[in-house]
Amino acid sequence: MTALLEISNLSAKVGGKNVLHGLTLSVNAGEVHAIMGPNGSGKSTLAYVLAGRPGYEITGGSVKFQGRDLFTMEPEERARAGMFLGFQYPVEIPGVNNVYLLKAAVNAKRKAMGQPEVDAYEFLQLVRGKMKLMQMDESFLSRGVNEGFSGGEKKRNEILQMLVLEPALAVLDETDSGLDIDALKVVAKGVNSLRSAERGVLLITHYQRLLDHIVPDHVHVLARGKIARSGDKTLAHELEKRGYDWVLEVA
Amino acid sequence: MSTPSGITETGIDALLGKSYRHGFVTDIDSDTLPPGLDEGVVRFISRKKKEPEFMTEWRLKAYRHWLTMREPHWAKLRVNPIDYQSISYFSAPKRDPNAPKSLEEVDPKLLATYEKLGVPLHERARLAGVAVDAVFDSVSVATTFKERLAEAGVIFCSFSDAVQNHPALIEKYLGTVVPHTDNFFAGLNSAVFSDGSFVYVPPGVRCPMELSTYFRINAKNTGQFERTLIIAAPGSHVSYLEGCTAPMRDENQLHAAVVELVAEDDAEIKYSTVQNWYPGDENGVGGIYNFVTKRGECRGRNSKIAWTQVETGSAITWKYPSCVLRGENSVGEFYSVATANNYQQADTGTKMIHIGANTKSTIVSKGISAGHGQNSYRGLVKILPSAQGARNFTQCDSLLMGSNCGAHTFPYIETRNPSATVEHEASTSKISEDQLFYCLQRGIEEEDAVNMIVNGFCKSVLKELPMEFAVEAQNLLAVSLEGAVG
Repeated sequence: MTALLEISNLSAKVGGKNVLHGLTLSVNAGEVHAIMGPNGSGKSTLAYVLAGRPGYEITGGSVKFQGRDLFTMEPEERARAGMFLGFQYPVEIPGVNNVYLLKAAVNAKRKAMGQPEVDAYEFLQLVRGKMKLMQMDESFLSRGVNEGFSGGEKKRNEILQMLVLEPALAVLDETDSGLDIDALKVVAKGVNSLRSAERGVLLITHYQRLLDHIVPDHVHVLARGKIARSGDKTLAHELEKRGYDWVLEVA
Repeated sequence: MSTPSGITETGIDALLGKSYRHGFVTDIDSDTLPPGLDEGVVRFISRKKKEPEFMTEWRLKAYRHWLTMREPHWAKLRVNPIDYQSISYFSAPKRDPNAPKSLEEVDPKLLATYEKLGVPLHERARLAGVAVDAVFDSVSVATTFKERLAEAGVIFCSFSDAVQNHPALIEKYLGTVVPHTDNFFAGLNSAVFSDGSFVYVPPGVRCPMELSTYFRINAKNTGQFERTLIIAAPGSHVSYLEGCTAPMRDENQLHAAVVELVAEDDAEIKYSTVQNWYPGDENGVGGIYNFVTKRGECRGRNSKIAWTQVETGSAITWKYPSCVLRGENSVGEFYSVATANNYQQADTGTKMIHIGANTKSTIVSKGISAGHGQNSYRGLVKILPSAQGARNFTQCDSLLMGSNCGAHTFPYIETRNPSATVEHEASTSKISEDQLFYCLQRGIEEEDAVNMIVNGFCKSVLKELPMEFAVEAQNLLAVSLEGAVG
């Protein structure tokens, strides 16, 4: 069976600086992988390289997504093929309705798959259901994308988008940062509701506490641009107790 | 080694090169005057239009005064010298001795032209509730829905027809808002204008449909000088929309229009423009010089005039739709979206002149610059000593796409009454790579993403347009800015 995501010996540069140095990681469908690591270890760079953000230069290695060479795909193609990036700092787009963006995203994906545009009524029903799960007020639909949202509202909105788009692979970049415990639970509930045998999740986080609510199948420590250590969920607890220095020393 | 590709420079260039979609010339036998301007030409135009004596005299007076005037050069614009003797001042599609009385009698080629422009002239028009007065090279060709309007007592006709059939109204109102002495281009227009639209809404009448005019410059070397006059009698209400296009030409063509609006007591005029004159090519060759004087006077108490404009075309736009707020409690509004892509230049804004007590004005201006475009907002808020309790709110936002364009803001505020409140907010931003990438990451095409972001930026203006034209305006914005991100 081909892995959903196969990262081999990946090296990448941003702003002239080498950030990833020969990173190797494999995610199968049905698995949740947590990537942990200290600040500056390359966690967000990995997320952006996977999503295809301009300004990130690949200097070595390869990534296969659903068996395809990821780097031959434009960012929007990757998204339509089922890669979703939950942003650490979701950007505001003033004047663009939240629901409008959502619908455009869904229709772009459907178009790429040769399906007709989504029925407006069914779409609204679907979104309302997901919003309920995320405990979001319906007024969010007509507000500008992330416009004037609090930090927690922005993160919930990211998860809402993910739930509506139903990606094959969700890369969630520090989705837990800036969340209070109640909001964290809501976000975790959203992510858990999407877990299935067909999907994979790459959970990038700084802290163990998110992993109490979204229990990962694998935990990796990213340090100095590569995977320094891998293990199961107990690795996260060990990190919580002993800190990242312990892994860095061993590495 | 492969690189994750994002927004490529070459892709942008290719998209920016997208050609003007209305660039076709209709092959119609025109009755065109040779280039040049003197009193004889002014008299010719007046005679050709069988105008009464007062009109001929009015034009001649304007012409003689114009000779003493100079072109204005205070705007932030680079304008190639205009040779006023090389312009032809009259071009009318040739007609049978009997002018067409219905659409069936109109030259089918002309109708096909409108078809290409998407002018809703036939049934579509009726369904959309739009009455169209189509001006082709300065002469009105066909006006629809006259009957339904006539029932309501609304006069909506070409300016020429109004001069023939309602000379008293013309004589009473013409030049009372924009006198021929106002400025160089208004003076020239007063002398040589060939046609335009006329609207009169009688007291207490709410015009039963949106009124609409389409302008198109077709013949080569011609200027277009149309004149529009709208009078809203006490307690009446009217919404009027004009759309403009022109074929592609290598040389610059002059468009110097004058629009006058008069709102009496409790009357309301909503005037919307979607301007898509040919902007010139990607190197700045050709395109329309759009030098237009538009002004409305809130003459009566509680009257209201609202200007909404979406300016995507023209090589150069010089235009300041203004409100003279004379009546007590009168309201002036100006909502504008102006784009300048490639080598387009726009110097546009408004003047709000507060004369009456408790007059109120709102200005919302959205300027979008791309390519080598230069976009200036120029606005005057003037509060006279008589304008007790006057209020103004101005919001002026600029959006930059790429690094070779410019956005400039020239707000002038003159307050001579201490009880007045004047607020001004301004912002300049770039379409950020973050916003674009966010949309791409959600699977949205780059072009669609740019449109979405731009439309979001312009939302507070676009929502002021009549529904059926808001869509057209959005499409125009998309065409004029396609891929303009660097």
